[in-house]
Order: sequence, then structure tokens, then C-alpha cells
Amino acid sequence: MRLREIAHSRTGDKGNISNISIIAYDAKHYPLLLAQVTPERVKAHFAGVVEGEVVRYELPRISALNFVMDRALGGGVTRSLALDAHGKSLSSALLDLEIEAVPDKL
Amino acid sequence: MRTIRIGSGAGYSGDRIEPAVELAERGDIQYLVFECLGERTVALAQQARLKNPESGFDPLLEERMRAVLPVCAAKDIKVVTNMGAANPLAAARKTAEIARSMGLSRLKIAAVVGDDVLEACKQRDLPVMEFDGTIGQLGNRLISANAYLGAAPMAEALSRGADVVITGRASDPALFLAPLIHAFGWPMDDWTRLGKGIVAGHLLECAGQVTGGYFADPSYKDVAGLARLGFPIGEVGEDGSLVITKVEGSGGSVTAQTCKEQLLYEVHDPVRYIQPDVIADFSQIEIEEVGKDRVRVSGGRGSERPLSLKVSVGYVDSFIGEGQISYAGPGALARGRLALDIVRERLKLTGVAANELRFDLIGVDSLHGPHVSAHANEPYEVRVRVTGRTENLREAVRIGNEVETLYTNGPAGGGGAYKSARDVVAVASVLLPRELAQPRVQFVGDGSR
Repeated sequence: MRLREIAHSRTGDKGNISNISIIAYDAKHYPLLLAQVTPERVKAHFAGVVEGEVVRYELPRISALNFVMDRALGGGVTRSLALDAHGKSLSSALLDLEIEAVPDKL
Repeated sequence: MRTIRIGSGAGYSGDRIEPAVELAERGDIQYLVFECLGERTVALAQQARLKNPESGFDPLLEERMRAVLPVCAAKDIKVVTNMGAANPLAAARKTAEIARSMGLSRLKIAAVVGDDVLEACKQRDLPVMEFDGTIGQLGNRLISANAYLGAAPMAEALSRGADVVITGRASDPALFLAPLIHAFGWPMDDWTRLGKGIVAGHLLECAGQVTGGYFADPSYKDVAGLARLGFPIGEVGEDGSLVITKVEGSGGSVTAQTCKEQLLYEVHDPVRYIQPDVIADFSQIEIEEVGKDRVRVSGGRGSERPLSLKVSVGYVDSFIGEGQISYAGPGALARGRLALDIVRERLKLTGVAANELRFDLIGVDSLHGPHVSAHANEPYEVRVRVTGRTENLREAVRIGNEVETLYTNGPAGGGGAYKSARDVVAVASVLLPRELAQPRVQFVGDGSR
């Protein structure tokens, strides 16, 4: 299944750094996010978009992850050549990530 | 326990105006905050001010003030805003003039000045955070340098009786922290409560983004009434407790989900959300729905404020030229790709001097590039987009021209061409020792003292 089935997401921007939250709809899916939505996978998913490091922060109390992606916005929001200079649409791309469902966790 | 209600009347400079009027009329609020100052807006406003010394503030200031001042005056709702942009004093004078013209000359209008630290920055060759280099290397491309001020001067203005407080660059959450410090007398070293105040400000500062805006995804996250989206109200207790809500009957919704998304919006390390007044810690926050459109947010904390202030530096970066044209029907994608190839070759042939070029097919790969978009289906229509960064306007214009000439020289059926060329004012950051920014409060107009 797609990540979209179990989580929602929002993108924010600061300079050339994009952050994407991934929030489980249901707290019981948080372990799936932890196990499968790794910074390595996120970095690979955004090949060609994110040039820098991807760091993941964990917020178990709200069943959320926060990904901070360096050099992700074409040189920075205020100077980028990109159509979506803020990278607002990146959250939707991440929700396309394939998640391997563990039956007893659903 | 004492509680105040703060309304958030704008999340950016161009935001809808009537939700703010709704908040003032029906929100039972004591404070109305307008956050209208984007990252580079101060730099653009500074350019305007250089041409006209009485300009340089938010272009919608008059419209917003005319819309809300009468009801705010009638209900004794204090207004706090960063619509001063590069010229808070002129914005305050303008607001006093508007108040007088509406028979509200009793209103006390205060400006917070001192965020402009251009001279202090010029005297020190501070390193730029975003790229290798110093502020000095920007030379005469440097336009503006404005420190993100904290809440103290705004709180002082409120304590001295201001009905309207207009600041330039200040941290966005500080606009909300100021009324809390004023109303509850929070000490400026009570890191826990200041941290909680920042949580409130952070959730409220983008207005509709916490009440269902920037959220809807049909059949996954449905939101009713986005055309009449209600803006948020923060109900904050003296101890920093917080409930996010909105005007009853307005559009949108406040749920645990909308609050979680906004909590992490533009946040990096949740343990260290760095603000001028405190380093807020969001990591232990809990979010709980306590009623219809009522969400309790608890567990915010804070630690000692940083020694430096972040300064937003505006500079002339480059020029950008752009051209677009559309293709549709069978073979649209192939014709779009051919068009891009032609423009790529033309830019080389004609020697357009660009430092950076970008070739997109809108509807195919423009947002996330060919890798992320690889498995997408072929669309009915595509839009070719070519952009490039140049050193001057003349070169930038040539990029759009090479797209436009596809009309008669390119693939079949190209339509709707568009081109543009513009200069780019970009923003970078430096850190300035906080004592070098000297904010002060200045009252204007009939209410001045």
C-alpha cells in the first residue's frame, strides 16, 4: 500500500531546506512509519530533488516523523527556478512511498 | 485562571480579509494579530522606501485597517501586526490617519522600530549561513538587513496603552507572545511559559493553515467550507495552557490532524525551535480534541534564549527569464519534449548567457523531476516551461523569446505562450549579537505621548 493510506503530511520551507512531516492517522501505525519511512528511503525517493542530507526527527507523542532535507529547494525559495519554489508539493510525492503492510498491524 | 483569546487575522500579506472581520465581530477575542511579512518582503519594501520615504509598508495595510479598526475600537480589541515591513513608523502614521478619518482618533498607535540593522551588519563582515561567503562580499547588491526581534518591545507598547502595535521584522510567533507577556506579566526568563507561548504563536501564525486550509485531500482529509474558511483563535491561560478553536459557524475545521500538521510546519529539530525570546521545545507536545473544533495542545517547553538574533539579509541575486507554451492531444508529450530539445539547442546556438537552466514539462515532471515522476501516465496536455538564471535583464528576456518563437518555428499546435523576465531579490541569513539591535517603541498621531 501507499504511505498515503496510513499517514498525512505537510511541507514547510526555510531557505534551501525543506521539511516534511509524516503523521500517522492512527497511533497504531506509528511503528510502521518508524520501521519503513527511513531517512535513507526518503533521500532515495527524492533523487534529483534533494541534494543534501536527510535527517529524521521522531515525535512519538503525536505519532509523527519530521524529515529535514538539506539543499532541497533549488538554491532557496527566494531564488529557485522551480515552478514550486517552496516545494509545497513535496509532501504529496512522499505519500506515494510504498509501505509493506504487516497484516496484524492494520 | 485568567485566559485570553487571540485571533489570527492573516497568515501572509495577501491573505483573505473578511475572516479577520469575522474574528473581531464574533470571535470574542481581546487581541487580533496580522502576520503579513514574508521572508523577502522587507527587502522589496526597502527598495520601495528608497524611492518614496513614506512607503515601504504592507500594500494592504489601509484595506485591512479600514476593515477591522471600527469593530476593534468598539470592542477594545488590540491589534498587533508586522505590516510595518521596512517602514513601521510610516505605517503607524498611515494607520493614525485612517483612524482619524473614521472618527477613531482616540486610538493609540505605536510603531516598533529598530529591526533595521543594515549599518551594524555592514560594519561587521558576518558570515552568511546559506552559502560560503560573508555579507561584505555582497557589496552594493546588499539591500536590507533586518533582525528578527522578539516580543518585548511589542509587549511594552501594549503596556503603554497602544491599541494598535505595528512592527517591522519580528519573529512571527512573537507577535502572539507579546499579548501574553503583556496580559499575564510573564517574566522574560520564564522559559517554560515563553516556550508554551511560542507553541501558541507558531500554531496561529499561518491563520487558516490550522483551521483546515492547506490540508484538504478529498476522500482522505475532507474539509467543508474552504471558501469561507474561519481563521483561528488561541485560547491561552495564564499558565500557558492552550486550546485552538475558531468562530462557530465559519468554514473549515480544527482537529488533532490540522494541529499536528501545523505544529511541524517549517520546523526542523522539534527540541530546538529557535526564537529570539526562547528556544522552544515541541518534542513532548500532546494534542487532544476536547470538543467540536476545539483542540488542546499541552506539553510545550522552552530553554534559555540564544545569544544572537537571526538577521534576514535581502540582496540582488540574479535575473530569471522564463517562457511557457502548451501542447495537447495525441502526441502532446512527444511534441513537448521536442520543444524542449529545440529551445535547449537554440539557447546554445544563439549564445544566451545563463548560469543555470531548467527544462520542465508541466503536467509531467515539473514539480519533482523525471526520477520521482517516472511512473506517471501520459497526460492529455503538457506545458513546456524553460527558465534560466542570468546576470542581466537582457539575457533573461532572450530565454522567454526562445520559447515564444516555438509558435512559428517549433512543433505542431503549440499554444498559449507566455514569457517573463525579472530581477531576483533573494534572502540570506546572518547571526548578529543581540545587543546590536536596539528596538524601541514610538507612538504616533493624536494618541502619541
